[in-house]
Amino acid sequence: MITHEPEFLPPPINARGRLGRIVLLNCRNAGRALLILWEAVLSLRFVLSKRSRPVVLQQLYVTGIKSLGVISVVAMFTGMILALQMGLELRKYGQEVNIGLAVMVSMLREMGPFMTGLILAASVGSAMAAELGTMTVSEEIAALEVMSISPVRFLVMPKLAAMMIMTPILTFYACMLGVVGGAIVGSTQLGVSVPAYIDNATRWAENKDLYVGLLKSFVFGIIITTICCYQGFATTEGAVGVGRATRRSVVVSFLSILVVGYIITRLFYQ
Amino acid sequence: MIRFEHVIKYFGERKVLDAVNFKVERGETFVIVGFSGAGKSVTLKHMIRLLTPDIGKIYVGDELMSAAAGADLVRLREKFGMLFQGAALLEWMSVFDNVALPLREKTNMSNAAIERRVEEKLHQVNLEGVHDAMPSELSGGMRKRVGLARAIVMNPEIILYDEPTSGLDPVTSRAIDQLIDRMRLELKVTSVVVTHDLFSALAIGTRIAMIYEGRILEISRPTDFIRSQNEIVKRFLDAQYITKRGAWERTDHETQ
Repeated sequence: MITHEPEFLPPPINARGRLGRIVLLNCRNAGRALLILWEAVLSLRFVLSKRSRPVVLQQLYVTGIKSLGVISVVAMFTGMILALQMGLELRKYGQEVNIGLAVMVSMLREMGPFMTGLILAASVGSAMAAELGTMTVSEEIAALEVMSISPVRFLVMPKLAAMMIMTPILTFYACMLGVVGGAIVGSTQLGVSVPAYIDNATRWAENKDLYVGLLKSFVFGIIITTICCYQGFATTEGAVGVGRATRRSVVVSFLSILVVGYIITRLFYQ
Repeated sequence: MIRFEHVIKYFGERKVLDAVNFKVERGETFVIVGFSGAGKSVTLKHMIRLLTPDIGKIYVGDELMSAAAGADLVRLREKFGMLFQGAALLEWMSVFDNVALPLREKTNMSNAAIERRVEEKLHQVNLEGVHDAMPSELSGGMRKRVGLARAIVMNPEIILYDEPTSGLDPVTSRAIDQLIDRMRLELKVTSVVVTHDLFSALAIGTRIAMIYEGRILEISRPTDFIRSQNEIVKRFLDAQYITKRGAWERTDHETQ
């Protein structure tokens, strides 16, 4: 069941009790979030069913097309800033031609997935938490359960499918736009011609950089959906609770993206 | 039809249901009344297993609802329809889609059959011509009717009503009362209504249960309920100016 009974825990008796409570509650919350993820993954077999298709398409639109503007601006300027900062340093050694490689590798390995993850968590993820939170406090989730309609299959699965598809696509798009931004700065401010920039960028970057970056973004998409949907379902206490769930979903998503991003980097680049 | 056996429920240290025993008979409209926070909605949520008792058992028919899980719980819940206090309509769906939702998700009915069934149910709750309206465009009374149409669309055996007249004007409240009564007479369903509106309770209930601080104080027919000798029941009746004749009456000193 997604709806949980209200909790009334006695106040902890001392600091150790408080710490223990925090650890236990976080473990339990993580467990509940993983159960939601598990049910959503099992429900993915219905993703192409006649009933789910329009909802998934709508989620793809919300996740992908509606995030395109902000991702474009952020990606372009990230590439430009990277190129400018590194270009100015490299110029001291006469190596400014290598900004192509620096921007390409930075974007593919870290900045692309990280930036896309953060933007999606802040825009799409917070909207998920607010939507499900509002539905929870207005008893719409309970109504679905009473009708024996799984809220996870009905509400979470389309969001998960859309994020699994769209996050890597948006990440690739952000990486390419960042590289374009770098090329603009390189040619206008650092005297690196566009062909030289592209030649440098593509010669040294490896396929592995692309694959690991896309894997990261795929995992980030799953993490954002799981955390934000769980926080939405766990909402209590009306409008204030919805606000709290939304804020917490963004904060926890950001932290998780950082930690998981480091772990994946550590696994593939030793 | 529904049986509570010594049901006890705690919220933290507070006992919200204290050894509750009662039985709802098939085909009746069982009304639970009480002061705010007495445990009315908690009792209702136990019936549909949105809450689970700490001690005691709840049966639906001969099956143990309070311990049902998985497919058994789904099957038992299919016997119920529920009208939530705020109607709990999905705000991004039209009236038609809200009512059709259980049919689309739980059956293999064709679109034409779904359309016919939704038409029929909306007609039963006196709502027509609002198919394409969004919930935000509806009045409180209309939202409740749409919620009721959704609750009965799968032809349940039992309908639960959580504060069906709260927030509605008296005229709309009585219209909802008539609808609830019609559901019992036309569909032969068993109804459980939670309300603090005694006019409503007396008008539609075949039996009324008074719950106070988690305990059932009295279960009786409406005619006996208004003659109750229980002090708390009398206080509850007095608070809504209900006399032993079941009429609304205001004493002289209150009008001065």
